[in-house]
This record gives sequence, C-alpha cells and structure tokens, in this order.
Amino acid sequence: MKKIKKSDTGHEELFCNTAPSGKYSKAVRTKRVYVDEKWCLGCRLCEYHCAHANSSEKDMVRALKDRTIRPRIHIESDEHISFAVSCRHCDEPICVKSCIAGAISKLNGIVRIDKNKCVGCLTCVLVCPYAAIAPSEDGPMQKCELCTQSRTGTPACVMGCPNQAILFEEVTG
Amino acid sequence: MKYVIIGNSTAAVGCIEGIRSVDNKGEIAVISSEQHHTYSRPLISYLLQGKTDLERMKYRDNNFYEKNACTLLLSQTATKINSSVRSVQLSEGEAVPYDRLLIATGSVPLIPPTPGQGTVKKQFTFLSLDDADALKKATGPDSRVLIIGAGLIGLKCAEGLHGRVKSIKVVDMADRILPSILDPEGSTLVQRHLEKEGILFYLSDTVSEYSGNTAALKSGVEIGFDVLVTAVGVRPNVSLAQNAGIEIRRGILTDSTGRTNLDGIYAAGDCCESHDISSDENRVLALLPNAYLQGECAGVNMAGGEKVFDNAIPMNAIGFWGLHIQSAGTYTGDVYRENTKQEYKLLYTKDGVLKGFIRIGKELSATGIYTALIRNRTPLDSIDFELICKKPQFMAFAAEKRREMFGITPGEEEGYLL
Repeated sequence: MKKIKKSDTGHEELFCNTAPSGKYSKAVRTKRVYVDEKWCLGCRLCEYHCAHANSSEKDMVRALKDRTIRPRIHIESDEHISFAVSCRHCDEPICVKSCIAGAISKLNGIVRIDKNKCVGCLTCVLVCPYAAIAPSEDGPMQKCELCTQSRTGTPACVMGCPNQAILFEEVTG
Repeated sequence: MKYVIIGNSTAAVGCIEGIRSVDNKGEIAVISSEQHHTYSRPLISYLLQGKTDLERMKYRDNNFYEKNACTLLLSQTATKINSSVRSVQLSEGEAVPYDRLLIATGSVPLIPPTPGQGTVKKQFTFLSLDDADALKKATGPDSRVLIIGAGLIGLKCAEGLHGRVKSIKVVDMADRILPSILDPEGSTLVQRHLEKEGILFYLSDTVSEYSGNTAALKSGVEIGFDVLVTAVGVRPNVSLAQNAGIEIRRGILTDSTGRTNLDGIYAAGDCCESHDISSDENRVLALLPNAYLQGECAGVNMAGGEKVFDNAIPMNAIGFWGLHIQSAGTYTGDVYRENTKQEYKLLYTKDGVLKGFIRIGKELSATGIYTALIRNRTPLDSIDFELICKKPQFMAFAAEKRREMFGITPGEEEGYLL
C-alpha cells in the first residue's frame, strides 16, 4: 500500500514527486489529452487556444497578435498529414525523475512545473520522449498542465479544436 | 520493516519515493553527514550566480520527510556497516539497526597531490552546499580565481563565480574543455563562447607547484591567484561499503535491481557503477537522473516490490551564458554532422541504432526524441532517419507508432520510455 489521501478534487494525492510504480499502485483514474491524427486539419487553432488560455489577456487577438506564441501543444505537419503533440502525463514521468532542481512533480495525475524552482538547464528537454517541455517566454520551462493553471480551467486545445481531433478522455491507469 | 538510507541526496530521495510506492508502514531512517534538508546538488553554481536560493533549491518540499514518515539523522556520519548484525554505526551515538540498507554515499572530489598545496590558504572543492557557501564567503570583487579542471564542475563553478570576482583562469591537463561530453570541434566552439565572457584557459597544462598565492605551471607560466578551486573530477565514495565487504569495481557493484553482494544491502547513485547500454560497458554514471532512477529502483525492491533499472546511458544537459549543450550515449560509429548558425549537431549510429548525439545551440528543443531512440534501442529502419537527422520530430515515426504514443490505447498508457 502506498501512502495516499483523498484530496479536494477527489483524486488521490501522492506524498512524493512521482507517481508510484504501476503494479503496486491503486488505479488512479486520470483524464488525459489524446489526439487522433486522421481528424487533424493542421489548422493550428489548438496552438492559438493554448497560448491564449495561458496568457493574461481575455481577448484572443490582443493576447496573440504580433507575438511569437509559445503554445504547450504543438502541431507537426507536412503536405500530407498533421497531428498535435502534447504531454502524456506519464505514469513513470522521466522528466520528474530527471529534473535537477526538483521543480517537476506529479500531483492528481498532472505533471507540473514549479517555475519558481526551475533554473532552465533543459534536462527535461533532453529526456522527455514526447517533446512536451519547452522554455516559456520569461525563461523557466513550461508544459501542458491540462489547463489547471490557465484561464479556461479545462483544456483549451480540446475545446478549440474544430474537428474533434483532440479529446479529453478518462483512461484507467 | 526498518529501512536505513546512508545519504540524503538524489538517490536517497528516489529510494524513499520508491519504498513509499510499495510500503507506507515501514520505518525509514536517513543518515546524512551534511546538516541540510535535501537540496539539488547541481544547483550550487546557480546559487552562486543568484539564480536560486536556499529555499528554492530544496530538492523536495519542507514537509517531505514528515509526509514520508522518515526519521532524519542530520550531521551524523555512518562509520561502519555491521552486516552480520544488520546495523550501521554512527560517529556519535548508538548503532542504527536495519532490515534493508541503501548506500547512497555519492562521490568525493579528487585532489591530485601537488607540491605546495598546503601553502594555499583559500582552497576549495565544488561539490556541496557547504563548498558553495565557503566559496561565496571567500570571494569578492577583487578576487582572482584559479580553477583546476575544465570539466562540468569546474566550468559551472566558473559561470557561478563570474560577475562576483575580478578574474577567472582555468587550467586543465587535457587539450580541450569538457572532453567527457564533447567532441574536439564542439569543445573549441564552447571554449570560444566562454572566452568571450572573459574566462581564460590554460590547456594541456598542469600545476607543478603552488607557493602561497602563486601557481607555477608545467609550461613555465606563473599564475597569481587569491582563491583556488580544485575540480579535476570525482570518485565514488565507497570506503564504507568496501570495509563492509561489499564488492567494488569502478564503484559499488549492484545488479539491475540495486542489490549488492551482501544480503539486504542495496546501493544507488554516484557511488555505484552502472551498465551503460549505449557502450555495453560498466561505468560510473555520476548523473542526477541516473541517481534518482537507481535509488527509486532500489527502494521498490527493498520494500518487496519488483523493479529493474536496466537502460542507463550517459546523458547531460548543461548551459553556459545562454549556450546549451545536450548530449547522450556513446560517440561511436557513423556520424551525421550539421553545423549551422543555429546548431552544432552530431548523431552517431552503429549496428542500426542511434548510439549517441551532441547538440550545441541557443535554442534546443525536442531532444528527448533522440535520447529515447538510444535508450529504447529503436531500430533506425523503423523510422525515417533522414527526417530525424534534420530535427527530432514525430513525423519520422510510423503512423502506428504515433497512434500508440499520442492516441488512445487503453492499457498502454504507461509511456513508452521506461
């Protein structure tokens, strides 16, 4: 038995920076962002919605116009296909285990970065197999935190996708 | 179950979190010769630089030990392991009994014997918070600093001190800087960048004698200095283990579960030897991620769980004044080379897999895709190698692989790396 307690959100809160090792942990039901590339139009609206949600501006145009956006989800595309890529909130998060500052932790199924602790060494960029972590405008690293810290509160990329190519689904882990 | 951990850094924290993922009842005692709450050791240079502080550089929250029900024995040094009666003797006080013991004693700095070393008043190594504190106190705007060693520790120390001191000179017996992570051309590139910041290098040279505030180099050059930092390297801190009859090679020898040859005794972190799968050789991988992964693995197994850590590779991310260096694996085989204004990049392939890479640039992204190719030993004929040479990208993978990674595949959501 691992040490757990019920948190306010109804998720189980761990007492460490990492998720427990799968086999010995109780199943934690976690919602994650999934993508289906056959429906992706490559319109990049998810990137814009993400950048907007994580800005302090209510108005999308004012938030994004004439700025280099730094979305936490990004689109890869060529002339034939396109697809969105974002954090998987891994059960065995290598970023959490590798962070030299102890700035990355996993709580309630969400891998988060404490920007106050991050020193920008890029070890997380070196280890994340999903290319999900990148520097923010002001230096420290940033990543998808499922909009728990954003203005929208629920994943803006999912809500903003016009073709339902990005889903927010619960899968038993 | 009584767990005892000797050491309080990355491997120890990994071990605590590993134990608690299986067992929330057993007692955990943590023995540390340092007086501090667990802190991020690689952040001591950022502390000098003012980019972090004592509070922010704590490796885990203030309530970490309490939440994980650990008894913390700070400023206490383990002097002997009595494996026959399963206890650890402390320098002061009674012996601490254990059922499962983790040795996470880290490494100690190497100081090559040099004539006249004893005449140097202000001399330091650069491995601990106390080292950084002492160095901070000993330096001021007029200090001329001499650093012996142009490796990761020496150069991070140089960056940390830059701006607080008058001058920084670095001496190394190797003919280039950062030889453990860079190729010769990459070394030159980074050296030029550091020289622009005013760091002076004396390479292929060594100190033949110290005399108070002067170092006489083999080449005949004399360097006057006020503060000396010796950063020529580290060696695994194995004396405690060795005296207990634990098998030592380059470091403490463990199996892939973290066990040593003695019953109930595990080891993790910089004091251990690892099996590097990129070179298929046993080496000491004194790297933070490696220490955590070894510690966590040992912790799970100490608590009766089952876990193996069998895909260690060397990997490093380090930066100096905005220039980032990322590297992993072994530099062997065929080379793909790219040298543009944005990035210097080398990819090494052999036997149909990526063996290693070096990237140097101001903006490096998505490097973990390369690192995962090495750790997973992904056959290069299963991806579009030409595309991935240009930049790390998922477009180079088969659609099915991408679906597995980013689409919904119930029961496979553990992530594919570990």
